[in-house]
Amino acid sequence: MPEPRLQDRLLHTGIEAMRGPLLFARNTRGVGLYESVEVLDVNDQARLGRVVAIDADNAVIEVFQGLDGLSLDETRIRFLGEPVEMDVGPRMLGRVFGGSGQPIDGGPRIVARDRQRIDGLAINPARREVPSEFIETGISAIDVMNSLVRGQKLPIFSGSGLAHDRLASTIARFVRLRGDQNEQFAVVFAAIGVTFDTAERFRREMDDYGALEHIALFLNLASDPGTERLLTPRVALTCAEYLAYSEDRHVLVILTDMTNYCEALREVSTSHEEIPSRKGYPGYMYSDLAAIYERAGRIRGRAGSVTQLPILTMPGDDITHPIPDLSGYITEGQIVLGRDLDRRGVFPAIDLLPCLSRLMPEGIGNGRTHADHPALARQLYTVYAQAQRLRLLSSVVGEEGLSPSDRIVLGFGTRMEERFLHQGSERRSLEHSMDIAWQLLAALPEEVLLRLSDEQIERQIRSRRANRTE
Amino acid sequence: MAEATVTWINGPVLRARRQGSFHIKEAVHVGAARLVGEVIALRDDSVTVQVFEDTTGLRPGDLVQGLGTGLVVELGPGLLGQLFDGIQRPLRALGELYGDLVPVGLSVPPLDRERAWAFRPVLEAGLAVPVGAVIGEVQETVGIVNRVLVPAAAAGTLEWIAEEGEYRIEEPVARTRSPDGIVQEIALLRRAPIRAPAPVGERFAPAIPLVTGQRILDTLFPVGKGGAATLPGGFGTGKTILQQTLAKWCDADIILYIGCGERGNEMASILTEFPGLTDPRNGRPLMERTVVIANTSNMPVAAREASIYTGISIAEYFRDQGYHVAVLADSISRWAEALREISGRLEELPAEEGYPAYLPSRLAEFFERAGRVTTLAGAEASVTVVGAVSPPGGDFSEPVSAHARRFARCFWALDRERAQARFYPAVHPLQSYSGYVDQLERWWQDRDDLHWRERRDRLLRLLEKQAKLERMAKIVGRDALPAEQRLVLACAEIGTEAILRQNAYSEQDAFCAPRKQVAMLRVLCHFFDQAEAAVARGIDPDALLTLPVVRKLQRMGEDIAGDDPESFRALQAEIDIAIAGLELPAEVESA
Repeated sequence: MPEPRLQDRLLHTGIEAMRGPLLFARNTRGVGLYESVEVLDVNDQARLGRVVAIDADNAVIEVFQGLDGLSLDETRIRFLGEPVEMDVGPRMLGRVFGGSGQPIDGGPRIVARDRQRIDGLAINPARREVPSEFIETGISAIDVMNSLVRGQKLPIFSGSGLAHDRLASTIARFVRLRGDQNEQFAVVFAAIGVTFDTAERFRREMDDYGALEHIALFLNLASDPGTERLLTPRVALTCAEYLAYSEDRHVLVILTDMTNYCEALREVSTSHEEIPSRKGYPGYMYSDLAAIYERAGRIRGRAGSVTQLPILTMPGDDITHPIPDLSGYITEGQIVLGRDLDRRGVFPAIDLLPCLSRLMPEGIGNGRTHADHPALARQLYTVYAQAQRLRLLSSVVGEEGLSPSDRIVLGFGTRMEERFLHQGSERRSLEHSMDIAWQLLAALPEEVLLRLSDEQIERQIRSRRANRTE
Repeated sequence: MAEATVTWINGPVLRARRQGSFHIKEAVHVGAARLVGEVIALRDDSVTVQVFEDTTGLRPGDLVQGLGTGLVVELGPGLLGQLFDGIQRPLRALGELYGDLVPVGLSVPPLDRERAWAFRPVLEAGLAVPVGAVIGEVQETVGIVNRVLVPAAAAGTLEWIAEEGEYRIEEPVARTRSPDGIVQEIALLRRAPIRAPAPVGERFAPAIPLVTGQRILDTLFPVGKGGAATLPGGFGTGKTILQQTLAKWCDADIILYIGCGERGNEMASILTEFPGLTDPRNGRPLMERTVVIANTSNMPVAAREASIYTGISIAEYFRDQGYHVAVLADSISRWAEALREISGRLEELPAEEGYPAYLPSRLAEFFERAGRVTTLAGAEASVTVVGAVSPPGGDFSEPVSAHARRFARCFWALDRERAQARFYPAVHPLQSYSGYVDQLERWWQDRDDLHWRERRDRLLRLLEKQAKLERMAKIVGRDALPAEQRLVLACAEIGTEAILRQNAYSEQDAFCAPRKQVAMLRVLCHFFDQAEAAVARGIDPDALLTLPVVRKLQRMGEDIAGDDPESFRALQAEIDIAIAGLELPAEVESA
């Protein structure tokens, strides 16, 4: 059916209302759902938007850069006839982009080799490769107990004021140093509503490391329009996918802070007068977050990979808040930071018990890391959980109320935090981290070591005890 | 066919002005790309449609074409080992044709039209055949015979049946004439509506367990073949791992694994892992008994809603051939959220937490499709449904968890604290229950041990006492408890380690056969008896915990191969000797 096409649709006027980030336009026949638009102000300055709902002659348009300064009469809309897309091409690394994907470092435009939809269609599950390549992050608590693999999405659940940014940049630096694949490595950093300081500190740290040419930065700062935050992770991931699947790189994507993204989503949803689900967040937030997180992965027959390290600050440190809760249901585990540890000066302040890496079993063990690695991780978790329970108990009945073997386990918990968890800015190889862990376990009575087989006790524990007594 | 013109679009939902008559749940094609959709409401001249594919680019004025029938699944040989999306598009074939991303508006038939199957007739022409009668067979995989049945409309006299030979699924293999003289052709391929349950002979209560090989489920909270179970748990408590474990080891003939709104990598891992795992019963790859429906979290939300119906309709197809089928749905919550999202877009009045008021009735309909039946041909068969639930914030009082447990008689509650200590399966023994224990008791008593029920109940009671005593120990300290109570704590801890924990990554322990479960429970109860007697003699219960034999008892799942009676007898003897040796001042040498 022939519809009025481009010439009629150029420079459409007839805007009926503006509310929040939404613009309501009349007589928009022929406009498609999720079509991208340019909104031109009186000086012909363009802002990006997209059509989010339509009826016969009206359209609702979400404007990513906000509506400040626009009037009903002098604003014009150009319908672009396609979903929101972005140019991708060589030499995107080493560049700085705005939150909508436009270069803001004064450098040249990106020479487009391809134009990609920023919201990416779902990867066919039948074409996915199961992520199974162990990544050494240099962090003991991650490498030994919550191993990261290429193509995984492993968020950092943090709280306001905790050192999540330092952890992310530490991982970005440490990971880069591993093995012989440095030149294929890339980091895409998306700042979503964070302060200038945060973004700048990350850039500077990477610069100090001489790693800037491996990084693409996408910046939507706290002062930038809120609606643009819906765009930032999507353009960053579009860039990451290009780097991974066209340039065969292993890309680590850091998205910080996803909480700001979700707030923007709620803000826009409220403007739409949608029926909210928990805490005012829209009912489709799970699907919407999934569309972002699920873009991590490996594809069969492609050399590159997209690994995601999203960061989110849990409002009120509450892990059951909808943002961490829905994220946790989508991502392949989580690294949780703890305030108590942070206060005690432990870095990284990883609160081990709620942490998890779902893809760890695929990436560790015989032929991948070490045959005893899985049992070691399980054993550490079992005893550490026991130590935490005892810590709680001893705060009520006192340490004297505990049996002698319980007191040993209690002491193990503290030593583990001081010697294993805390590492400051030291980078540890997996072997080094594992050795520290075995040493700690060697101090425990054998009846506690139920997760280790007799052979493992013989091989790893007794030999270390013998060394110690010598 | 009826047509309509799109007037309003909101995400996956649209309204259109109709010319012609549509019916509720009629399948439609939308727009030039012929996206698949379904009519969900009718009013005056307007039809409301939910679209199962990405609606980007749809416009007012686009055409909606009614297809005259509801959404259907294609059934026939070739389903096993396949991976479909929520509306049964074959994802492998789509990948080969259209690349790495799920395409929009494109499809290929779910079943391969060109592949020829070896058909063998089992009836002769001239016989009267009722609905559901088996007329022929196709050996679909080594373990599974696909039985060709007489469809509902084709009962009558078998006029002609094909000779043994190779046939493609659309070729007729038989012809019947009804008493009214209507001639019907029967092919290997057939279609069934996904929203309606397939007819059965009679329904019965479950009487044999679905053996999962997981001790905490089989021994403490068994589900019967034909029963329904829910598996609620917050994120990270191991729902998916447990579902996958069931898919691997449960003793159903056919597995329908429905990944509804879950992770893409999980689907990939099933596809990667299952072909390499062997079915212990016939030595063939597990994938040969498995059908996977994958509508991952980032695939269109309306297709997520359809996916569980697609899955259970395929399950019924195999049930009607006389098989025991297990449907593992992960997760029901994502399906409910899809309902909620569509309902929200329609601006329906919400009931609890934004869910539509019809959520409980939809859940009931779904769980009610589980059952132990006789097929129309008289064979015993069943569909067992295990639905994972993902409660927000791990709160089991939320609507989906609360309603699901009303309709499923098994409740396997996953516990965050256990999962955090990496104690798997993290099923909480006091929050979980099974309504099938009485019906299944007989089966277990027959597994050569008449004390099964008594021992199972003893273990559960012990765990209940432990919970009470631990509360007390938190106040007064464990050492202040009398010896009998410390004995209860010690025995409960040992029993928890020995029976409830199971190592899914250990070759010995991943699957625990019923005989081994019985043997383990027996030796554990023997230990309890001996320990009780020892404490009555004045032995300190804490001394028991450091006995080397207790370590063996706690690791018997991993360390003892199979149900070797000799090993269990030896362990029992060792327990007797160790406990008898505790007479002296209870200072036991630790290794």
